[in-house]
Amino acid sequence: MTLTKADLVQEIFKNHPSLTKTLATDSMEAFLKLSKDSLISGNDLLLSGFGKFSVKDKKARRGRNPQTGEELTLPARRVVTFKPSGILREKINNG
Amino acid sequence: MNKSELIESLSEKINISHREAAAITNTIIDSMAKALTRGENIEIRGFGSFVIKDYNSYEGRNPKSGKKIKVKPKKLPFFKVGKDLRERVNKGK
Repeated sequence: MTLTKADLVQEIFKNHPSLTKTLATDSMEAFLKLSKDSLISGNDLLLSGFGKFSVKDKKARRGRNPQTGEELTLPARRVVTFKPSGILREKINNG
Repeated sequence: MNKSELIESLSEKINISHREAAAITNTIIDSMAKALTRGENIEIRGFGSFVIKDYNSYEGRNPKSGKKIKVKPKKLPFFKVGKDLRERVNKGK
């Protein structure tokens, strides 16, 4: 089983009877847009009780094409990493 | 950005009360945490996916004392950023 955006919209709709289906969808989309915008602008996203999404700058490094063995330089890039909170880790391991 | 800033922005963006925005945010986060707790993966297009990885027990060391310890098997959620977000974060630098 995989939880998707549609499942999350369904959860919102179920748990908040005052919302229309449209507003439940809109709130999910807005939640994602705001989260993404924060990361795109280079700001970490901290969701307490869940985890922290960090934006990290990686330096350029020499690497290899694993298929051909050819050496190449991988350019500097900016990536997103996720660190689960202690609470989430605890829940996942102890139900 | 932390959770309360996210809630504030959400309430402004779709014009709902602060209380409602907080409740919705908690529903989203709780639903994701519950799915992972049940051992389910999460896949959100354009954002990314979470999978639970199983780690076997291994011999580790206490980094402070250097003492050998046995690390119990554990599960950890692993996040893979979606293609669209990955590219936009990289361009944003």
